[in-house]
Amino acid sequence: MREVAIVGAGMTPFGELWTSSLRDLFVDAALGALRDAGADHLDAIYVGNMSGGQFVGQEHLGPLMADHLGMAGVPSMRVESACASGGAALRAAFFEVASGASDLVLASGVEKMNDGADVTGVLATAADQESEVYHGITFPGLYALIARAHMAAHGTTLEDLAAVSVKNHRHGALNPKAQFRGEVTLAQVMGSSLVADPLRLLHCSPVSDGGAAVLLCPLERAREFTDRPIKIRATGMATSAMALADRKDPAYLDAVAAAANRAYEMARLGPTDIDVAEVHDCFAIAELCALEALCFTERGRAGEATRAGETTIGGRIPINTSGGLKSKGHPVGATGVAQAIEIVEQLRGEAGDRQVKDAAIGLTQNMGGSGASSVVHIFERV
Amino acid sequence: MPSPRYWREIPARYRLEGGRCPACGKVTYPTRRVCPECRHEGMEAIALSRHGRVVTFTTIHVAPTEFQMEAPYPMAVVETPEGARLMVQVADCAPDDVKLGLEVALEFRRIQREGRSGILCYGHKAVPAR
Amino acid sequence: MAGIVGYGAFIPRNRIKSEEIARQWGKDPAAIKRGLMLQEKSVPGIDEDTITISVEAGRAAIERAGIDPQLIGALYIGSESHPYAVKPSGTVVAEALGIGTDVHVADFEFACKAGTEAMFVALSIVESGRAKFAMGIGADTSQGAPNDALEFSASAGGAAYVFGKDHLLVDVVDTYSFTSDTPDFWRREGEFYPRHGGRFTGEPAYFRHVTSATRAILERTGLKPADFRYAVFHMPNGKFPLAAGKELGFKKEQMETGWIVNTMGNTYSGSSPTGLAAVLDVAAPDDLILITSFGSGAASDSFVLRATELLPQRRDRAPTVRSMLDGPRRYLTYGEYAKYREKIIVND
Repeated sequence: MREVAIVGAGMTPFGELWTSSLRDLFVDAALGALRDAGADHLDAIYVGNMSGGQFVGQEHLGPLMADHLGMAGVPSMRVESACASGGAALRAAFFEVASGASDLVLASGVEKMNDGADVTGVLATAADQESEVYHGITFPGLYALIARAHMAAHGTTLEDLAAVSVKNHRHGALNPKAQFRGEVTLAQVMGSSLVADPLRLLHCSPVSDGGAAVLLCPLERAREFTDRPIKIRATGMATSAMALADRKDPAYLDAVAAAANRAYEMARLGPTDIDVAEVHDCFAIAELCALEALCFTERGRAGEATRAGETTIGGRIPINTSGGLKSKGHPVGATGVAQAIEIVEQLRGEAGDRQVKDAAIGLTQNMGGSGASSVVHIFERV
Repeated sequence: MPSPRYWREIPARYRLEGGRCPACGKVTYPTRRVCPECRHEGMEAIALSRHGRVVTFTTIHVAPTEFQMEAPYPMAVVETPEGARLMVQVADCAPDDVKLGLEVALEFRRIQREGRSGILCYGHKAVPAR
Repeated sequence: MAGIVGYGAFIPRNRIKSEEIARQWGKDPAAIKRGLMLQEKSVPGIDEDTITISVEAGRAAIERAGIDPQLIGALYIGSESHPYAVKPSGTVVAEALGIGTDVHVADFEFACKAGTEAMFVALSIVESGRAKFAMGIGADTSQGAPNDALEFSASAGGAAYVFGKDHLLVDVVDTYSFTSDTPDFWRREGEFYPRHGGRFTGEPAYFRHVTSATRAILERTGLKPADFRYAVFHMPNGKFPLAAGKELGFKKEQMETGWIVNTMGNTYSGSSPTGLAAVLDVAAPDDLILITSFGSGAASDSFVLRATELLPQRRDRAPTVRSMLDGPRRYLTYGEYAKYREKIIVND
């Protein structure tokens, strides 16, 4: 396989973008990535998207997006793995370049959630319709079940959960693209309204619109497009039992652990080699579980590590410097690609106030459903 | 819920029919074509016991549209004596009554309705054991 | 001889007190409790209906019968609150009980008599030899218009009976039905709440039919009120059954076991069948039991029953009526009750 680099990145701000349609969001992000690289053509496009069909009634996103980018004719298709769609699109694009099939491939993710759809219902389609959704479970509910199990098994506290939100809002306040740029206090988080006990509103990522795109090419051609290419050292993906009830330990995200192990193996790196990481904090408990599955902390110790400041900018392993899904926003199909963009900015040294000093190796972890699919990528400054 | 799908799922919903792998003994709910544990093809139908204990739980405050009249309502993963785990609502009790390890019975209840004029959809909910 | 081989009841856990309803409409709770003899009533959960109550009662009946449900060849459900106007309740119940497809199923409606009607037909199917076992169920989530006297009584619950010819828990000694066209209480197609003729529901309706059916079955069997250990009369309120029984010559002690209306309310088609289940929960071998139902429109079905040696051995296989009436309960405010009974207009 050829080595692959990211040579361009573009994304929209995340938030309630009432004046932008699904296609506008894609085009804005894609043009940003093309301009960043100074590229004028593409060999292929991957569009990560969870549910254009249900959010805005639009499927067949491949040709739609290529057409509106002014590139009708280019091979283009949608990749779907619920909230891990963006990460999955990046992985597909990586393999297309690595295989030698194409040189310039756009990996994008896009979601338009604020268009009048029943968001709770659409998101729930990422859970098992037959055994879970039928009975009235929601996504906050699924993660609340995970949180309760984690609290029971490891003594994780409500303060630990709130500390994740506080930290991510503090990071997000420094990110001009973030949906929420205000800090929150522990008391505000713990006093916010209950969504699914023990999870409260400020433990939950928001409903967001947004698009993100990165341009991939063989590492050997990267300097044609940028002075600061970021190499994709590894990609790992794994799946787990779809229904939460079918997992041996509901408090452990085994798909994340398996995806991470594959990525660490491919990169020949371990968790201690990672300087900065973006993890899938759709809910506060998800960040804690991800930290454990990625082996950034021992199992059951993520809450303690968060409260001790280990995951903050300047800490032992800065997590979600972008503000994470919680503060930056979570347009579900775009998230996986937006995570990669944050790592690209960190490794390029362009993260401004959020910059992690001397960041050379970064990781992204993107997740679908209640953790039934997960994609992990490892990036390196070259 | 479209009628064909509802109809197809009746054995699991009405009678708590699960599957037991004849090769490794793994029990699933609902049944499957292939055992998730050993990939043996063809699981035997078994009727699960109508009781179990709570493995983990939550209370849904922000509910999907179809369930808004019921909110807030507790939900739990319940394990039956056969080892099957089910996601169910917990009915007839206050959210604070639900605890880890709570013994529950599984009672026949209406789970959802297809609007004012559509079909009625039944299944099981947990209730604290009498 | 055919008889009852299994029985079971189900009463939802939600309750509302008469005071709570009276307060809502500015009525005097003491007068309700004294006049109608109603303390509280059961209320179906937002997820309970005639079908769910029938399934739970049916499961208890099969437990006590100890039979393979696939041997049940007929299933009848009497109710005036079948959840569908068109589509049977019975098919859901038959599937849920594991009866299979080789079964004759029908939903019955005859106001509050539909339950004993289902029992009557199930018994007849077994007697005729058309099926080895047959199940009759009476269950309701009764409707009563807000601010109507019915609102104090209309409640939820039901009982199921499996009939067979062997291993009887209860012998059916005889049955009798008394029927006339008497428009005392009705609900037109498409209407949400029933209407009634006020005091016309008393003398010419309830009392005439209950006493006529009972007197006729006593005459046919040659039995006297004193021969019975227990008597159950349909319970539209607390007062009517006691008054009818007294008029017929029954004493309070014979009636009080099955007189569960003061805390259960009137479960319409489930009323007298559930009262009978409460009696079977305690009856001793050879006890004679009388049950007379009443359904507006109008008719009464009477049964003379005799408990067997087997009854006490089987009753522990399922919860008793008293355990459900006196066990865990949840008291609702009128607001919660109105929400559960869908008396509040909300957006879809």
